[in-house]
Amino acid sequence: MTQPAHLLPVTLTVNRRVREFEVAAHHTLLDVLRDDLALTGAKECCLVGECGACTVIVGGRTVDACLMLAIEADGSQLTTIEGLAEGGRLSAIQGAFLDHGGVQCGFCIPGQVISAHALLEANPHPTRAEVDEGIAGNLCRCGCYEQIAEAILATARASGTAKPGAAEIAAPGER
Amino acid sequence: MNGRVGASPRRVGGHERVTGEQAYVADLEIPDVLHARLVTVDCGRARIVSIDTTKAAQVKGVRLVMTPADLPVPMPRFGPQFVDRPVLAVGETHYHGEPVAAVAADTKDAAEEAARLVKVEYEELPAVFTVEAALDPGAPLVQDPSLRPDDPLSATNVLREHRVGWGDLDAAVADLVVEHTYEFPMVTQFAIEPHAYIAAPEGDGISVWSTIQHPNWLQKVIAGLLGLPLSKVRILSPDPGGAFGGKQHAKYEPLVAFMALRAGRPVRLVLSLEETFQAVRRASASIRVRTGFQTNGTLAFQDIAADYLIGAYADIADRVVGKGSYPGCGPYRVPAARILARSILSHTTPSTAFRGFGAPQVNWAVESNLDEGAIALGIDRLEIRLRNLARRGEAFIPFDTPADGDWEQSVRRAAEMIGWGTPLPPGRGRGLAVGIKSGPTTGLSYSTVRLLADGSVVVYAGTSDMGQGARTILAQIAADELGAPLEWVTVVMGDTAVVPYDQQTSASRSSVLMGNSVLHACREIQAKLRAMAARLHGLDESQVLVEHGLVRLPDAELPIIDVLLPGLGSLGGELIGIGEMRKEGDTAHPLGGSVAFFEFNCTAIEAEVDRETGDITVARHVTVSDVGKALNPLQVRTQDEGAAIMGLGHTLMEHYIFDDAGRIRNLGAIDYRIPTSMDLPLELESDMVENEDGPGPYGSKGMSEGALLCVAAAVNGAVREATGAVIRDLPLSPERVWLALQEQGGA
Repeated sequence: MTQPAHLLPVTLTVNRRVREFEVAAHHTLLDVLRDDLALTGAKECCLVGECGACTVIVGGRTVDACLMLAIEADGSQLTTIEGLAEGGRLSAIQGAFLDHGGVQCGFCIPGQVISAHALLEANPHPTRAEVDEGIAGNLCRCGCYEQIAEAILATARASGTAKPGAAEIAAPGER
Repeated sequence: MNGRVGASPRRVGGHERVTGEQAYVADLEIPDVLHARLVTVDCGRARIVSIDTTKAAQVKGVRLVMTPADLPVPMPRFGPQFVDRPVLAVGETHYHGEPVAAVAADTKDAAEEAARLVKVEYEELPAVFTVEAALDPGAPLVQDPSLRPDDPLSATNVLREHRVGWGDLDAAVADLVVEHTYEFPMVTQFAIEPHAYIAAPEGDGISVWSTIQHPNWLQKVIAGLLGLPLSKVRILSPDPGGAFGGKQHAKYEPLVAFMALRAGRPVRLVLSLEETFQAVRRASASIRVRTGFQTNGTLAFQDIAADYLIGAYADIADRVVGKGSYPGCGPYRVPAARILARSILSHTTPSTAFRGFGAPQVNWAVESNLDEGAIALGIDRLEIRLRNLARRGEAFIPFDTPADGDWEQSVRRAAEMIGWGTPLPPGRGRGLAVGIKSGPTTGLSYSTVRLLADGSVVVYAGTSDMGQGARTILAQIAADELGAPLEWVTVVMGDTAVVPYDQQTSASRSSVLMGNSVLHACREIQAKLRAMAARLHGLDESQVLVEHGLVRLPDAELPIIDVLLPGLGSLGGELIGIGEMRKEGDTAHPLGGSVAFFEFNCTAIEAEVDRETGDITVARHVTVSDVGKALNPLQVRTQDEGAAIMGLGHTLMEHYIFDDAGRIRNLGAIDYRIPTSMDLPLELESDMVENEDGPGPYGSKGMSEGALLCVAAAVNGAVREATGAVIRDLPLSPERVWLALQEQGGA
């Protein structure tokens, strides 16, 4: 009754590294990231594309990895939460999440940070309404939405008032 | 230094959380692990006729199909209050989603397929899903009376009745009596991390990983069920990804432990979000409030009857009912009071702890009824609260801890922030409510602190950091007391083989109880440093003072490291401090112990309603908590604002919907809505009152639940002022508000 899973070859560029492997046709991108590539930053929660805990960037667009089959992503460039910090240095948006109190339990945070990162890539100076819209697909039960929005807006401000590299983010409660 | 107490440094563990490195239970890689799935039947209550595992066992990669036949006889049961929950349902299921069998396989796919192929023949039985049905004299019993042999209530669906009161209610005279019944819906914790468990045989013992809040409770449960000494049961509990009470007590860990022992291999069970909804929820409640007022607004009496619909097994729900209803009269001077709260069993998901622990239900009713009285008397709703509010030191509950704060400050601050009494924009209304919750009544928290030879610090504390930030708070205390930079402090949690005993992480206790424990451990190290400094400098110990990371001598002030290094000598080593904090119980007290502190909050709302759709817009949401001392102001703010938003969830949108078979119709994230970034108040402002008058370190109090307690009544007050609509059911969904507006229009 159990057919051996039919495996298909897939090539993905994940966080700038080319990965070639075989996947079962019914396995989602989230299954493959977590179980085959040991990238567990993207989280499993609702598995119906509502919570955003598994948000990753595929070909420049955010997707819920639970809704995409791995074979659909064949040939794509992927960025996951593991790909944002370079050489152990947090990206500006990652640091801003910490400085503004945007992180509590942290389970939704990989998805939130990826959505925030993608929002700022597409719209470097969003309004508050655009920020709320941009993270509307990412549930946070700790209720950190205000602080996450502050983090995104502060990152945008910092990138606009100084040349890249000189950005300093105002941090409440720091120094 | 920015890591000291009172500062808001970056969260300890924050780096791991923004990089994806933080490993939650479902992220752990355990070699040779089997993947488990649960087998359930599709109704609320059923008689199990037979379970055929033949086809399931033939699926390639399946290693175990576990049914009640594979477990000891009688079926092992467990529970924090009553020993009533079976490892697997035996003979009969009692709620939709209760497992009757489970499979374990080499792959998730095989487990999934095998679970579908377990053939369960069952017969649906009559069941009770509401308070009315459960109390019907002809109602089927949810629990077999043999589970509670000496209990006079065991032949009914009432698990327990809790009675508290004072004064002579029957003799009390009031100018106005207002009596109404209020409904609070079933809602669920919805931590974004679904519950997850792993068990692995380890030599002559077992290791269990769990998303649990109380690893030491779980250790006792597993040891008891398996007949093992505590020392052979290791509970590993990585920081939970949100818990909110839903992860306090054991759920399916015992099942997974039995499966691992039977399979002889590690077994892993990660619940789906839908299964998590079926596993944990808040008790719904139907609450009748009869309030007596004098013409000037003074309270004459409160008479409260609260029926909480708990589920099929008690879990900690009966404690929720007793403790949550206990401060039901609120923080007011009430000459005569009677509170009767009943925990009523039903064929539904076992309800359990959920932020607020039974208090939000009664608060919704009592604060709303207070508004009704104020409106009937023509008294301002702020004024009526201030008039009756207990003053500091007043024994507002005659046999308990007196009022432990200047609560009026919080109320006045919130009123000022919302602009109470100032002209309203057209179409808007304001509401204001206060909430109070009893803190822990007993507690025991041990900790170990090691000051290492280079001045860095390791803290061992059994608290779970599930987002409330305990790891950061405890690190700040140690950094402050021992003079280490925050980055030099490591806090070890979540491993019963390494970390000393902590009773539990609940009731907003950890900053107070574990905080004091860590403080005591640091003070023990400071005492050792004092002795060292006296020896090194030829002084009497009384001439040496150690505080905030400094050693003060009569003529010098040294950093701790300058005493530690020479003091430890050529062998090096370290200084070790042991902390212990007890909150003793009192068997004569209605709750088994007086309250360590009260959480106090005042919430004020400005809202408007779309009369065409019934949709509420919360224009402004103000929340003010009395926190004693903010050990980390940013974390206080995020806990308060997070609780406020969670409160808006049960106020505006959240509720389980059942069908006739007792199935939850809106399982999962599509049909059960929680607040998103698009559902926030247009303005959300939080503030805190700090009088350093709490029992915790530096005068702190617990504070993580307060801002949720009274949101519903405050929003309802604003809706009523904006529209005149009178609503006594939650949530205030557009449909419900629209219907109330129609009724009002027809009246």
